[in-house]
Amino acid sequence: MMQRAATSILPTAGNMLASAQQQRGMATLKTISMRLKSVKNIQKITQSMKMVSAAKYARAERELKQARPYGEGSKQFYEKAEVVAPEKTEETKKLYIAMSSDRGLCGAIHSGICRHIRADLAADSSIKVICVGDKSRAILQRLYAKNILMVASEVGRLAPQFLDASKLANEVMNLEYEFTDGKIMYNRFKSVVSYSISDLPVFSLKSVESAPKLAVYDSLDSDVIQNYLEFSLASMLFFAMKEGACAEQSSRMTAMDNASKNAGEMIDKLTLTFNRTRQAVITRELIEIISGAAALS
Amino acid sequence: MSIALRGARLLTARGIRAIQSRGYSDEMSFTLAAANKVFYDNVSVRQVDVPSFSGAFGILPKHVPTLAVLKPGVVTVYENDGSQKKVFVSSGTVTVNEDSSVQVLAEEAQPLDLIDASAAREVLSKSQSELASASTDKARAEAAIAVEVAEAIVKAAE
Repeated sequence: MMQRAATSILPTAGNMLASAQQQRGMATLKTISMRLKSVKNIQKITQSMKMVSAAKYARAERELKQARPYGEGSKQFYEKAEVVAPEKTEETKKLYIAMSSDRGLCGAIHSGICRHIRADLAADSSIKVICVGDKSRAILQRLYAKNILMVASEVGRLAPQFLDASKLANEVMNLEYEFTDGKIMYNRFKSVVSYSISDLPVFSLKSVESAPKLAVYDSLDSDVIQNYLEFSLASMLFFAMKEGACAEQSSRMTAMDNASKNAGEMIDKLTLTFNRTRQAVITRELIEIISGAAALS
Repeated sequence: MSIALRGARLLTARGIRAIQSRGYSDEMSFTLAAANKVFYDNVSVRQVDVPSFSGAFGILPKHVPTLAVLKPGVVTVYENDGSQKKVFVSSGTVTVNEDSSVQVLAEEAQPLDLIDASAAREVLSKSQSELASASTDKARAEAAIAVEVAEAIVKAAE
């Protein structure tokens, strides 16, 4: 039992039997060096992932700067016309759009969004969800598979384009589920070390038409509003995608940096153990030789 | 004496604030942005002419609030110093809010002087042939939109 605890570094039991002679008390040199090599490889991988996401982040941030006024602009109308979600009744149908991506290893980006949505779903199970990116689907599927209407995949490999957003907006508009209002949940990028979960409003034609301040707007017919809503949904989705992509890359950068640091610590510890073991092996062999010689004389 | 002085100071302070707030409402804060580029971000300008599906119209400060859908065409911005800037937009929306803020959001926009007229004509002839050979309703609608945009570009570039 003691032996097994001491040699827990060993990968397989078969190996343990084969070299049982050597391992008394301490892990063998070979297993330690194997482990050391694998940790070094992992560190190389996390380091290069960090470099890649740093480059992608620089680009995403540049593009986000261009997209910010665009997103702010598309939000203005809903704020200034004071469009609000209708009171909750039997007929209100809410739609949430979760902006995540297909790629993981980026901290709490996806789980944060899903946690938020899950809290709302627990309170009101009639809310339907559209998952953008496989990660949010994987998280929400376990408990709320029935609430997921649609999943958009292939998100996050390339930088988001307006065309992606308009395709998604088109699908949302053609849904059989006639939502009355909803939210786009996304990660708002603040700085390299910080992001927060934010939402953008989505409304149906009916909700906009019943807004109290809509009367001050001149020469509107429902056609114009419908077209306007479609385009503004696309531009808000585009903006949310850009924000999400930038936050994701920056978060992946931090996560990979931390992983490399942890791997570095592990390498230090393993190297120390490796050297100590080697020293012990040498000492033991010396003792064997000397005591052998002493017994002979 | 001191009370009178303070009163006078209060009065002037209020007077200045009143002038400032009036000055602000005579300006419009104009945003012209596209998915690829930002042209103006809450900048005060004199006038903006936009093409829309309900007809081209000019926006001055204190325009009545309205919504409109952009048509492919040229947005002309008259800046405060009198200079003009022309930007070609493909499609998008125009929002004029109650507080004189104007947002023109385009799917794609380019300054007019960057547009190559001969390349535009090429695109026009290509999309016209696509329209002629389109078989399904959807393809025909897509080609018709391409022709409409190309025609507007050629017209704008000439």
